[in-house]
Amino acid sequence: MKKLLLGNEALAQGAIDAGLSGVYAYPGTPSTEITEYIQKSKIAQELNIHSSWSVNEKTAMETALGMSYAGKKSMVVMKHVGLNVAADVFMNMSVSGINGGLVVVVADDPSMHSSQNEQDSRYYGKFAMIPILEPSNQQECYDITKYAFELSEKLELPVLIRMVTRLSHSRAGVVTGERIAQNTVHLPKISTQFQLIPMHARGRYKHLVDIQPDILEISENSEYNTFHEGTNKTIGIIASGIAYNYLMENFEDGECPYPILKISQYPLPKEPIKELFDTCEKILVLEDGYPFIEEAISDFLGENRKVIGRLSGDIPRVGELNPDNIANALGFDIVINDKLPKVVMGRPPQLCVGCGHNDLFNAINVLKNESATQQVFGDIGCSALGVLSPYESINTLIEMGASITMAKGASDAGIHPAIAVIGDSTFTHSGMTGLLDVIIENTPITVIISDNSAIAMTGAQDSAASGRLISICKGLGIEEDHLKIITPLHKNLQENIDVIREEINYKGVSVVISQRPCVQLPKEKKDKLKEYTNVSIN
Amino acid sequence: MHSKINIILAGVGGQGILTIAAILDTAALDNNLHIKQSEVHGMSQRGGAVQSHVRISDQPIFSDLIPQGKADMIISVEPMELLRYLPFLKKDGYLITDSNPFENIKNYPELETLYNEIKSHKNHILIDAMKIAKDLGNSKATNIVLLGAASSLIPLSDESFQKAIATLFERKGERIVAKNLEAFLKGKEIAAELVS
Repeated sequence: MKKLLLGNEALAQGAIDAGLSGVYAYPGTPSTEITEYIQKSKIAQELNIHSSWSVNEKTAMETALGMSYAGKKSMVVMKHVGLNVAADVFMNMSVSGINGGLVVVVADDPSMHSSQNEQDSRYYGKFAMIPILEPSNQQECYDITKYAFELSEKLELPVLIRMVTRLSHSRAGVVTGERIAQNTVHLPKISTQFQLIPMHARGRYKHLVDIQPDILEISENSEYNTFHEGTNKTIGIIASGIAYNYLMENFEDGECPYPILKISQYPLPKEPIKELFDTCEKILVLEDGYPFIEEAISDFLGENRKVIGRLSGDIPRVGELNPDNIANALGFDIVINDKLPKVVMGRPPQLCVGCGHNDLFNAINVLKNESATQQVFGDIGCSALGVLSPYESINTLIEMGASITMAKGASDAGIHPAIAVIGDSTFTHSGMTGLLDVIIENTPITVIISDNSAIAMTGAQDSAASGRLISICKGLGIEEDHLKIITPLHKNLQENIDVIREEINYKGVSVVISQRPCVQLPKEKKDKLKEYTNVSIN
Repeated sequence: MHSKINIILAGVGGQGILTIAAILDTAALDNNLHIKQSEVHGMSQRGGAVQSHVRISDQPIFSDLIPQGKADMIISVEPMELLRYLPFLKKDGYLITDSNPFENIKNYPELETLYNEIKSHKNHILIDAMKIAKDLGNSKATNIVLLGAASSLIPLSDESFQKAIATLFERKGERIVAKNLEAFLKGKEIAAELVS
């Protein structure tokens, strides 16, 4: 019986059926539904699969590695930029290798629907010298995840699954299979495997390099890399992951006259690529994200223009693929129409009606009018919407946690007032360590933690900060006199302005917690939050 | 019966287009048809423009996205959002929309201009679905009225639609199921009057 599943859900079901014992993740679009599916799964509960959110992607990946060390199968899930946060453990666990199967799932966001960049995680996989799997449809999301665990245990290496937004967030019928048993606890056979002091690490790294030909051979024989014969050899096509679907959409009944190499497993299989080169006049590379394959197989000096794709300009260099830009590259007579009737206006996302961030930005904007030099350093999450009209309160937005540390750097350079605005969950994700830097030097900045007690943008998941902000700030060393709590409501506007102004004028670090639950939270959760809101600081 | 249909659902985050999508999916799955249905999660859901591409066919479907000029219809719960996806509409494809604007931006166009633009397309169904839903005593069923209005153009039987509605609203109780079935049939009836 087919189940209608999002790509993300099919992947999650695949992990459960592969014998998963724990998923570790921090929410981030487009990856969030993978972990949520496991959290809601009755079978996962029966099997006692760990699925609570981690504080950030680095802690998530390290915990997954710990579970693998103990012999069980684990998975770690994040959006593309989350892998930057987890890059330290990611790069080193390919050197140590794994014990229980470990699968890293990263969902990229070409076209930046909900992101700051469109970085392509395949580069990370190559960097770490591990196998990469890139499903092309929902059924493959399921099948490939089961295969990924098998491959991980066979090679004793982590395996990377790369998803993209359109596959993560599209549904189709999926046939599921047998469930494989979970592992029992068993420690690594070689006691030095996970001890990466240089003398052991050198041996492990040599081993990683030595098994590269084996990894390539597996990829070349993989059922996920398939060669489709074609009669018209004027173009040979390489299509990776979801690009294959957009390509085939252009041919009635799925009959493509050109030879196609469909790639869903890396390292790049050499043999079939050589066959395409030898038999076709040109090679068209279709891949969502960066020109990863195109760059690898193109002539460096650009003298031999045999390979075309994003680098050659036949496909737009930025933005996601779709059936239309591929039709263009194939030379089909289509006109891409991006003209809309004049009456259609842009409709950017905005804060919900009644959102507490709204009242905070109103207070900040009054203070901006008082001081022309005021700079506000923003952070990731719903509070980032303060960049947009009608607020335009925030001057910078870079990545998780940068608000506090950028405010410090600007203050060191002489900017005053320098204000950081960060959400509660972003603060525990990556803001706490930066705040410690500020406290050590008592840098005169004002950090406003806009605490809605939720990871709001991704669907109001539980925040690690809930009920802990005061003790965290005090523990890090914020003085009680300069740790304030305000309630962002219209009726408190003047009072809130006064509190923030006073802290701006203080010649040292201060933290203002602007505290009101996210309006998206269900009533039971809001009631529960009352237990620790409005507690006094002392 | 046509073997395949491409539908774009449009609206503003929170207006319930995914419920329409879920009904279409459930009905199609029940008929053993192939489905691909993409949707928007994340930032745009916060009061921004959202869409869903729904593709149903008796043959395997490749792309999760509908190519430009290949949508048989656009169903929108908001009149301006309807027009945002015009490049996807087939020549003589259908536009089906609620007439009530969702004005959360400063430069929202004049309604008259908007309606004229919609009416300039031969095949359009412009109805006050919100009022119809309210009159039936369930203002939340605006989306279901619109689905009803579009239903005769979709190659799925009324029984399949009604079964899907019953399945999806089951946990909300019999009364809600009945209200939504009523909304579906009313939408269908009104569209039939307009189109004939």
